Amino acid sequence: MAQFFAMGGYAWYVWMAYGFAAVAIGVEIAFVRARRKRAFDALRMSVESPPPRTPPIMRAESPR
Amino acid sequence: MLINWFRFSSPVSFYPLAGSWSYALGALAALLAGAGLVVGLWIAPTDATQGDAYRIIFIHVPAAWMAMFIYLVMAGWSAATLGFNTRLSAMMAQALAPTGALMAAIALWTGAFWGRPTWGTYWAWDARMTSTLILLFLYLGVIALRSAIEDPRRADRACAVLALVGAVNVPIIYFSVQWWNTLHQGSSISFTAAPKMAMTMFAGILIMTAAAWCYTIAIVLARVQAIIVERERGAGWLESLIDLRAGGNA
Amino acid sequence: MSRAPRQRNANAGALRDAPAEAARSAGVDDARASVLGAIGWALARDFRVALRSKGELGVQLLFYVIVVTLFPLATSPSPEILATLGPGVLWTSALLASLLSLPRLFASDYDDGTLEQIALSPRPLVALVSGKMAAHWLTTGLPVAAMAPLLGSQYALETPMLGTLTASLLLGTPILSLLGAVGAALTLGARGGGTLLALLVLPLYAPVLIFGAGAVDAVRAGVSATPHLSLLAAGLLLALVAVPFAVAAAVRIALD
Repeated sequence: MAQFFAMGGYAWYVWMAYGFAAVAIGVEIAFVRARRKRAFDALRMSVESPPPRTPPIMRAESPR
Repeated sequence: MLINWFRFSSPVSFYPLAGSWSYALGALAALLAGAGLVVGLWIAPTDATQGDAYRIIFIHVPAAWMAMFIYLVMAGWSAATLGFNTRLSAMMAQALAPTGALMAAIALWTGAFWGRPTWGTYWAWDARMTSTLILLFLYLGVIALRSAIEDPRRADRACAVLALVGAVNVPIIYFSVQWWNTLHQGSSISFTAAPKMAMTMFAGILIMTAAAWCYTIAIVLARVQAIIVERERGAGWLESLIDLRAGGNA
Repeated sequence: MSRAPRQRNANAGALRDAPAEAARSAGVDDARASVLGAIGWALARDFRVALRSKGELGVQLLFYVIVVTLFPLATSPSPEILATLGPGVLWTSALLASLLSLPRLFASDYDDGTLEQIALSPRPLVALVSGKMAAHWLTTGLPVAAMAPLLGSQYALETPMLGTLTASLLLGTPILSLLGAVGAALTLGARGGGTLLALLVLPLYAPVLIFGAGAVDAVRAGVSATPHLSLLAAGLLLALVAVPFAVAAAVRIALD
């Protein structure tokens, strides 16, 4: 097992390379999931509380 | 048999398709990556000249290929945007750019860490790496232009033009960088001189490339779903989607 | 009998009348005349506008000279090092000078609405845009190429290298104007302005830089620069034919 991680003395290079790739892919997946969640939350909010319509024009209360 | 090629070209019909394909391909990518890593890190024999450092090619080569392919696919969707004026093709191009940039970055980083033990230097200005760096700049340019233009439809068309201009330039850039490199460096450093392929090494690269393809398609389809929801807000069909999801996103 | 004097708007009126008049008076084939007339008209107009602000042109040229002068201060005045650096420095500074002048191509016309008028003109937009790019090169690239022998001798470049340098700049700077115009048109009205333009355009400039500076390097190494200059010429021909369509498309997108 230790031999596997040592990679014949090249451990630093091999694991820095694979580690970066793993982190980068993990970050991308996390970003996409966050983006989907944000998009759905914004959609839900716009559906549940629709933007207020413009208030009706105020009329005088009693016509003279 | 008449095929309606435009059947899935509206965001409404494409959305559920994107979802199911994304999950299926994501699972497949994980499987293939697992198999590929086992082959690459365990089964494939140690190289005589480069030792175990050569194992980086199992991540470097697929990433470099994907960086190139994704740009071509992005250019294809951009041509469709300009030709057919469809929204979805522009959304696909928009979804592809970040993943392409990421693949280019992975290719550059892993290439640097392969170069150091093998040829003594992290960055050697060789033709392929320099072209990949310029490709990364082209990706970042498309992403930057998208965020700099407010109107989404205008941004779609502007980025489409930029992607196509870039696509035409990529072969020219690659040719010129290779020319420049051979004149100045000679053939002392060449990233094409991968170790002579034992069958297992070749199989490992193939499996990892297939994994990279599946992952790319999966993540891009997931991202395009988010983009569709972002941009189609106000369209009625989206609201039924929320009812389906019952308050969560899968 | 009174006749109301014809109001000639300096821009819009001239737009509609001048190319058509040129076509009628020339009496040649209408389609060809309209394209050449449009190019000529746009070139003449932009050239005149640029000459009105000679100060701005002078400043751009001065920028080029200052940048070229700064490099030896950062490295070393020894002739061998300067001769090695020279072609690269002179070419990279030409790139930067081209970048600086690109906003001038479309931005001021876009801001005051003239660009919209130009796009509405019955003359082909591709031709009008080509005329603008030609005027841009005449006021930016050509002066830089003309200054090159003088600045090159500052870098201890010998005469054959100076000749190649000038030739490479004469061939390469039009390509810079053409490719830069694509970026300038795409970033019209976008946030980030000049720096975004640089990010978009500099990667596209890379091959021109490689072959342009490489030509002078080849002469310094004693080899022929013909392949480099031929490739630059081929690139220029390709760009002349293809790029104006992309620029016209980008202008229409910006005006929507």
